[in-house]
Amino acid sequence: MPEVKTSRFKSESVKALANDNIQRALGAPFAHFVDGRKSAIDADYTEESWESMRDRAAATKAHTIERLDYYLDLVDKNVRRNGGHVHFANDSTHANQIVLDIARQNDVKTVIKSKSMVSEEMGINDVLEKNGITPVETDLGEYIIQLAKETPFHLIAPAVHKTKGQVSDLFEKFLDSAPTDDIEKLCIIARDVLRDNFAKADMGISGANFIVAETGTVVLVTNEGNGRMTTSAPRIHVAISGMEKLLPSIEDVGLFLRLLPRSATGQRITSYNSFISGPRASTDEDGPEEFHLILVDNGRLNLLKDETLREALSCIRCGACLNHCPVYRKVGGHAYGWVYPGPIGAIVSPMLTGLKEGKDLPYASTLCGSCRDVCPVKIDLPKLLLDMRHKIVKSGGGTMPERLGIGQWHNAMKTRKKLEGKVRLGRFLQGAVARKGIIKRLPLPVVNGWTKSRDFPALAPRSFAEIWRDDLSGGDRS
Amino acid sequence: MRVALCATCLVDQFFPEVGEATVKVLRHLGVDVAFPEAQTCCGQIGFNGGYRKEAADVARHFVETFEPYDHIVAPSGSCSSMIKVYYPELFADDPDMLERATAVGEKTHEFSDFIVNVLGVTEVGGVSTGLVTYHDACHLLRELGISEEPRTLIQNTRGVELQEMPKSDACCGFGGLFSVKFPEISTAILNEKVGNIEETGASTLVANDCGCLMQIRGALQRKGSKVRPKHIAELLAEGLD
Repeated sequence: MPEVKTSRFKSESVKALANDNIQRALGAPFAHFVDGRKSAIDADYTEESWESMRDRAAATKAHTIERLDYYLDLVDKNVRRNGGHVHFANDSTHANQIVLDIARQNDVKTVIKSKSMVSEEMGINDVLEKNGITPVETDLGEYIIQLAKETPFHLIAPAVHKTKGQVSDLFEKFLDSAPTDDIEKLCIIARDVLRDNFAKADMGISGANFIVAETGTVVLVTNEGNGRMTTSAPRIHVAISGMEKLLPSIEDVGLFLRLLPRSATGQRITSYNSFISGPRASTDEDGPEEFHLILVDNGRLNLLKDETLREALSCIRCGACLNHCPVYRKVGGHAYGWVYPGPIGAIVSPMLTGLKEGKDLPYASTLCGSCRDVCPVKIDLPKLLLDMRHKIVKSGGGTMPERLGIGQWHNAMKTRKKLEGKVRLGRFLQGAVARKGIIKRLPLPVVNGWTKSRDFPALAPRSFAEIWRDDLSGGDRS
Repeated sequence: MRVALCATCLVDQFFPEVGEATVKVLRHLGVDVAFPEAQTCCGQIGFNGGYRKEAADVARHFVETFEPYDHIVAPSGSCSSMIKVYYPELFADDPDMLERATAVGEKTHEFSDFIVNVLGVTEVGGVSTGLVTYHDACHLLRELGISEEPRTLIQNTRGVELQEMPKSDACCGFGGLFSVKFPEISTAILNEKVGNIEETGASTLVANDCGCLMQIRGALQRKGSKVRPKHIAELLAEGLD
């Protein structure tokens, strides 16, 4: 598993705010995602019909998650019936070991990969390399960050933070290519390298956008064609997925194939939609000889056990909540410190890797609600973030100044009398810093960050309650 | 019609002029305004911080204070949504309080929602001047679905022209505790909002929530901007007797 750096959110977010490349990347490309999503939906649906699709998708996912044991059993049965193998992995170490075992049994030297977020959770590339196997990412964005030894910046646009100059430098360094600022040329360079790897790889590792329980089918949604190469050219195909990615029936897939690309990239449909049901059949001319499906827990049971938070398991990883989040749009993906960033990441990452380390993430939200409104499966992200915060406080995760502050607030707000006592004290104390109703600098730790960039209002000389009592009530007091 | 005013803690202690304007507008529209003097806070600060036990105490006090009234009006979409949307969450495991809090929530209205949808008034009758731009407060817009009501009231104010800003529905970066915990991110979001406000050339920024106004005003004041931030009640109260 890659190093968990969720505890560094605050310092990393400040760094990201000062990073010009990151700030540039978070501008136009994301405006493109946001506008594209809207026009793709508006082109085909009324508000009502889109809403009803989201409702149906949410209900389908909730149904599946509630009966996950049943559907996992069904997938297991049907993949085996199709001639494939199914493995259940408790955690990332276990999942890596399963991949290594398959590779060793088949004398695998080179692995090609199409995009898989679960494989990022596992840190599988490092594990393969340490065991003498060469992994090559074949999604262009993933390939770029593999060369740069970074983690994905975004769920579906992993290298969106890289400029063409940076990509050219990486290619020059690792592929010995001539520097260029022509994006098409950069694509051709990558394509040539990847072609060789497609031809020689012994094993292809893919993720799974959906897994259909009743047919044992892995559904892949891609744009570059690399997914199809990865799953059809090598001798062995290993699909790795979180155990929550199930859909009951093939008839459910159509709905999700309409929701996912529109929400993610603003496409009506992606260039490739692959349905993979097992290895090459005896009548097929080509295709992999072996098919393995690895279903990974890696902390998902923690979510499943929680009646509120299990809603997060409905996520189909479209990235819309990231694209519409005012916080993500300022700090980008790396600040979140693990595989999943943005509002969904602020729930999933701490639940999968540790609430204690990740306790800042659920607070890194203004609770504006944009994420919930665009989520194709209607995950109530603000509600879940609030629930996470409650969990953090219950487990003693609140900082000392915060506990003191809330304690003061709690005490003051119990009765009007107590509130007025505190306010009188506050008015007295603010005399030292307030001028003409404005505080330019709050000299208290914890809250002093406010006035670095903004004025803070002073407490009014008379509260509204006092004004009411003296001037407005006309003796009508209640 | 006897209506209890929930001033909100921010208006009560920091922006009492907004409370005065709220009373002025409501009285102008023939509303019998009561101010339950025991009121303190809706509890949102504790709830959003994850301190639900403390929040429940404060919210219980709110329910007890306001439940005798027919209607409750708050000059804030955020406090209204705490009461209407999140009290049921807060009291999910307390059937008695859940019922009482839900009943209070049903008769709670944000100020512009109350004027347009309960009173059926779309023109208050005040007079102001200049170009006004409107910021959609997140909870008002996305928790309560209120977007047209304030715009209608602004547009129907004599002497005022409404000029929409780019991305009026984008968050201002306040987020309560968020603005304190992550001041740098909060400021970055705010700066974009301020840029969009200034791009309109408006002389006045109107919003329905003192949280957003505190945040936006803080930046406008700091940079010496000419744009004047106002709560919608302040705009609507101008020129009323």
